[in-house]
Amino acid sequence: MKLTLKIWRQKDAKSKGGFETYTVEASTHMSFLEMLDVLNESLIREKKEPVAFEHDCREGICGACSLVINGQPHGPWAKTTTCQLHMRQYKDGDTIVVEPYRAVAFPVLKDLVVDRSSFERIIQAGGFISVNTGQPQDANSIPIDLDTASKAFDAASCIGCGACVAACPNSSAMLFTSAKVAHLNMLPQGKVEAQQRVLNMVKQMDLEGFGRCSNITACEAECPKGISIENIARMNREYWAASLGSEKIA
Amino acid sequence: MSWFIKFITSSLGQKLVMSLTGLFLILFLLVHLLGNMQLFRDDDGYAFNAYTKFMTHNPLIEAVAILLYIFILLHSIQGVALWLQNRRSRGPQAYAVKVTKTTGTNSFASKNMASLGILIFVFLAIHMGDFWWKMKNGTAPVVQYEGEEYQDLYTIVVASFQVDWIVILYLVAMVGLFFHLLHGFQSAFQTLGINHKKYTPAIKFLGWVYAILVPLLFAAMPIYVYFFK
Ligand code: HEM
Ligand code: SF4
Ligand code: FES
Repeated sequence: MKLTLKIWRQKDAKSKGGFETYTVEASTHMSFLEMLDVLNESLIREKKEPVAFEHDCREGICGACSLVINGQPHGPWAKTTTCQLHMRQYKDGDTIVVEPYRAVAFPVLKDLVVDRSSFERIIQAGGFISVNTGQPQDANSIPIDLDTASKAFDAASCIGCGACVAACPNSSAMLFTSAKVAHLNMLPQGKVEAQQRVLNMVKQMDLEGFGRCSNITACEAECPKGISIENIARMNREYWAASLGSEKIA
Repeated sequence: MSWFIKFITSSLGQKLVMSLTGLFLILFLLVHLLGNMQLFRDDDGYAFNAYTKFMTHNPLIEAVAILLYIFILLHSIQGVALWLQNRRSRGPQAYAVKVTKTTGTNSFASKNMASLGILIFVFLAIHMGDFWWKMKNGTAPVVQYEGEEYQDLYTIVVASFQVDWIVILYLVAMVGLFFHLLHGFQSAFQTLGINHKKYTPAIKFLGWVYAILVPLLFAAMPIYVYFFK
């Protein structure tokens, strides 16, 4: 099938970008990224600069493939990443618009690649637990009920892709941050630093310039891992409880 | 106090201010509605004016009223500040294709809370200028019921609701309020941290009932007066 692609091209972080139009011959068996590979091969043959886009695992677990496809982060399929989107979604003659994520905290580096190190800094602020190294403990020696373990696991399945920020009209990072806070704060290993974690991660999230959540729920609709806004509610209550309840004055 | 300032000016603290002031306004609207229902009585305004006199001569209610003015201002200023901050976070480059799928109650409302709020604010300014100001200033006429004097707000209200543009303004504002509440009611609970399998469906249902019923009954007042008085 023949497709028309309108792709955002931008030389580097400082340049002004714009849309370029390409045509590509794709098969319904290709993934979306394979279709972009085909485009890039033809661009290289024509001695033109290939389109820069991020990818790594190509199986929906790394969160690298950050594209906004016809207005939706990770394209039209629910709970799937761009790399899992297949071309059978499209038909001959379709036009597809591909843009980078748009958020001040995710500046465009080149073409479709954005800098998501703001997420790394949020993780560094509290997305860890402190344990002594040495012999691993027997997992069963830490009691936890199945429901809590399952909820923590659901939150832990966030792959840090940033689609929540891209989808949010406010560019808020609440879904991501709350998934990380909820995952660790629910588990016994994370309880030790629970209060400091939520305070520090929210502080970093604010410093990075993400927007404020209005509970629009676009994040939940577009998240490839189906992370629930229940996590945001949990972070909200843990945050005010920690702010008002902890003895730390700073 | 520095820790408190930090808390209340953080992103989540600012949202907590929106939620708490919003919930207070929701409670106020209910009281305001129940009182104003006296307007529907066919007694030449006696019940309505007696209610107004009670509301303006009770020190406890006066104190709560001052809190109310502060909360309206706080909610409005904080709301506009959040809206500006969110526009900055989005940056200058808009998406060429905009979709914004959501899982929430009403995405028109949730995406336009600030515009809806500003509409409500403009309405409030005109509404209070028209009625509240005249009461405070003592420029309202006086009536007597059984020898006792009352400020005749009833007559002012009835006169206002004969004017086409005022009636239309009230109706438009109540449509705006409907959307603001449709999202705001349930959103306030999510912001407080209440999202629970047992209670959230009930909160959302109550939000629908409140968002429809309260603006509808308020809107019925100018309509009733316009057509039947
Ligand atoms: C009587 C009138 C009003 C009521 C009952 C009301 C109620 C609410 C409630 C319950 C919320 C949800 C808070 C949350 O999500 O945590 C809200 C949000 C909001 N309100 Fe109001 N409001 C009123 C008037 C106004 C006015 C006059 C303005 C401003 C000009 C305004 C601007 C906003 C904004 C911008 C939000 C969204 C905040 C956000 O989620 O980011 N509201 N309102
Ligand atoms: S919450 Fe969902 S959309 Fe946001 S970073 Fe995690 S996986 Fe991606
Ligand atoms: S490339 Fe790893 S999730 Fe898509």
